[in-house]
Amino acid sequence: MAVLQSRPEGARRAIGLETIGMTKAFGPLVALDDVSIRVRPGSFHALLGENGAGKSTLVKCVMGFYQPTSGSALVNDREVSIPNPKAAHALGIGMVYQHFTLVPSLTAAENLVISRADTPAVIDWAKERKALEAFLETTPFKVPLDMPVSGLSAGEKQKLEILKQLYLDQSFLILDEPTSVLTPDEADEVLGLLRGMTEAGELTILMITHKFREVTAYADEVTVLRRGRMVGSGKVSDLSIDDMSRMMIGDTAIRESAARKAHSGEPLKLEIAGLFADDDEELPALEAVNLKVRCGEILGIAGVSGNGQSELIQVLSGQRLPSDGRIFIDGKPYEPERKLMDSFKVFGFSEEPLRNAAVPRMSVAENMAFRTFDKVPISPFRGWLSPSPMLKKARDLIAAYRVKTPSTEEPIENLSGGNVQRAILAREISGEVEVLIVANPCFGLDFASVAEIRAQIMDQRNRGAAVLLVSEDLDEILELADTVAVMSEGRITYTSPMDRTDRATIGHAMAGHH
Amino acid sequence: MAETADFPGLSSSVSGLREWGDRLRRSSEFIVIPVLALFVSGILFSVFLLALGKSPADFFSLVWRGGFGTSFSWQNTLVRSAPLILTALCVAIPARLGLVIIGGEGALVLGGFGAAAIAIPMVPWAPTPVLLGVMALASIVCGGIWIGLVGALRHYRGVNETISSLLLFYIAVSILNFFVEGALRDPSDPNKPSTMPIGRDNMIGMIPGTDVHWGLVVGIVLCVLLYLLMNRTTFGFAARITGGNLRAAQAQGLPVGRLMLVSCAIAGACAGLAGFLEVAAIHGKANASLIAGYGFTGILVSFLARHNPLVIVPVAVFLGGIAASGGLVQRRMDLPDATVLVLQGLIFLVILVSETFYGRLPFYRSKGEIS
Ligand SMILES: Nc1ncnc2c1ncn2[C@@H]1O[C@H](COP(=O)(O)OP(=O)(O)OP(=O)(O)O)[C@@H](O)[C@H]1O
Ligand SMILES: [Mg+2]
Repeated sequence: MAVLQSRPEGARRAIGLETIGMTKAFGPLVALDDVSIRVRPGSFHALLGENGAGKSTLVKCVMGFYQPTSGSALVNDREVSIPNPKAAHALGIGMVYQHFTLVPSLTAAENLVISRADTPAVIDWAKERKALEAFLETTPFKVPLDMPVSGLSAGEKQKLEILKQLYLDQSFLILDEPTSVLTPDEADEVLGLLRGMTEAGELTILMITHKFREVTAYADEVTVLRRGRMVGSGKVSDLSIDDMSRMMIGDTAIRESAARKAHSGEPLKLEIAGLFADDDEELPALEAVNLKVRCGEILGIAGVSGNGQSELIQVLSGQRLPSDGRIFIDGKPYEPERKLMDSFKVFGFSEEPLRNAAVPRMSVAENMAFRTFDKVPISPFRGWLSPSPMLKKARDLIAAYRVKTPSTEEPIENLSGGNVQRAILAREISGEVEVLIVANPCFGLDFASVAEIRAQIMDQRNRGAAVLLVSEDLDEILELADTVAVMSEGRITYTSPMDRTDRATIGHAMAGHH
Repeated sequence: MAETADFPGLSSSVSGLREWGDRLRRSSEFIVIPVLALFVSGILFSVFLLALGKSPADFFSLVWRGGFGTSFSWQNTLVRSAPLILTALCVAIPARLGLVIIGGEGALVLGGFGAAAIAIPMVPWAPTPVLLGVMALASIVCGGIWIGLVGALRHYRGVNETISSLLLFYIAVSILNFFVEGALRDPSDPNKPSTMPIGRDNMIGMIPGTDVHWGLVVGIVLCVLLYLLMNRTTFGFAARITGGNLRAAQAQGLPVGRLMLVSCAIAGACAGLAGFLEVAAIHGKANASLIAGYGFTGILVSFLARHNPLVIVPVAVFLGGIAASGGLVQRRMDLPDATVLVLQGLIFLVILVSETFYGRLPFYRSKGEIS
């Protein structure tokens, strides 16, 4: 492997990184303001901060995706210039993203080999194969090499992403919310292995996360950003979770979770009867799913990801045609068409809003008007669109839901991940809601936003909305749901009122024992 | 916007001005890149000319003179821009929904043929306004159905719209030939197989004081109307959502298929109308001269204008000018007529390549998409 040989022996040793006075302005908005952080060689460093604090911007500057307005970076105490990602790779700095960048139809081995900058035009697979196996010997990560990546679980894919960086001989890894798509067990496995490599001095890790659990369990040191400034750092062992959260949000009060209002004898609102659907490979993904949600009830659907949850949400939101089955609201047949969505007041949102619910290049104001653009006042008479009520509405929502955006005109793709989520939430939840369909609503949100969004969902329930909540986070379901259903291999395998079950029983059902 | 004030460095007094300046900087990208692309194609074309032993300076000055230098060349240019505007709209409207339609020429040919065919039985008795009205309607219907068919194939059967529109162009040409060389051939015209002429007196007149027919005005008015449709109506808004993110459009319950179908039909109607104008203002009958490549140059116009109906007008005039200078270049420099087509092709290629530079030039870099 030319890449590995091109560096002197011992170059795999962990490197240290420092930024000095890093500042990045996007037009009038200063996303990073004089940020100096220090990541020691061989340490596991966590980067914390609320949504929009500037975490992703900081690491993108280090990776050469953005050019800082001012400030510099030091690698092993030597000043370096990083004009582009290639330069970062040459210095041994690699990045793993929240979302996968692998080619799904290729095998793990193929993905690794083509990722190299010096892949020859004709690949000698036998030789590459040997080299790969020799390389795998040196790492603790084990991934099936010959399966198409599309057949791997989320945990295996994330391991492969990390493996790819190691294969490219990067010795400083930046991870931007690497565990948001993993189950807690998968996250533990991946982070545990990385931790082992940092302890052995082979690797330095800088990880962005919103999960304190991961910080206390795996990180040595932590740096906290707030509104673009570095507001604190230190050894994890010297800090409590309380200290860290106070650094993140200052004295801002966290929204109390709303009290659950008691309902009794509410009418049936949403009924799903005998729903079947196929996945993208035309294999059965949903089989005879039956669900009932009453007014003022949150039905939580738990399950390990990839058991048909996303297909269920897609069918309910009109992104996938069911092969059989029906949906009823108030006893009347329902299909996800705009007219019926409006008359039955059906709303919803899910994870990855830029992929599922927003148009990345349209402005924040336009994205916030998707539900209302064809109604008074934005459309004062049939067919006409009037921009000023649209802007006014957007300004109101931005203020009410505290969306951080430079202006209503900013393309929504430029907002931080958490703020895109907030903007979409504001759009879907601000009207009168009778049926709410949500999937993993808190992916990628900081803890204050998580508390707030869960409170909003509870508010809707208390007001009498029927809520269908699909979540891979069991804690979220335990906190919010009135009734829990477990989905496994495309079927509902377990249903119970929340007060007559517990975590262990649900976990058991999720693992497929029923 | 309570929260924006919290950003460090965002002081409200100067922010308005800065934001404005920033927006200017960002939108200037949409002018700077196409202009650079034109410049680069000019250089490449000069190399081509030098290889032929011709002087690029002569060529460009002839293009200037032949396209824009005299009032005569201006009129020639404007006459050619009218159909270009309409065929460019045939690309631009579906493009807003993410559809790449390249078969506008087919809708033009069929629209022109439909107009000429329906005129045959009417010419003896119909007054001119009625005749022209019916012809225009026929061309709109023919073109609309033709490209609407592309949208329907895409929506109901998932057929790639680019390929199907191109194949339908060949079918449209065959239909024209079939009738013009057969049942509808004018027996009194021994030269070129054509339909019966609609007659001098029935043809569309010129804008007073010029040799430019009213089609130019029709094109400009349509550009404004379609700009309003795409930017100021709920239909246009829904279309932009669909083009920007199909999944989001579905999740909003938008009738995605109907939107595609309707915009394709509108697009086809524009190109069909171009065919009507060629018949009713230039040729007076339908024959193979309808296949003059306006539909294909329209693709270039729309891409150069980044599918913005208002920008299409000046771009169509610009390319109309290049086309108009073809004759002069041929006579003075002893170059074949097709030379300007080489230039057009080069421009198109460079424009397509330049699409990949948005957000990547150093000046715009920090704003752009990454990864
Ligand atoms: N390309 C860009 N253009 C304009 N503004 C941007 C761009 N990228 C980021 N920003 C702004 O910079 C600020 C910081 O964003 P960043 O993505 O770094 O936040 P973050 O800390 O990663 O948040 P999250 O936890 O939500 O991902 C945000 O207010 C965002 O709107
Ligand atoms: Mg981020």
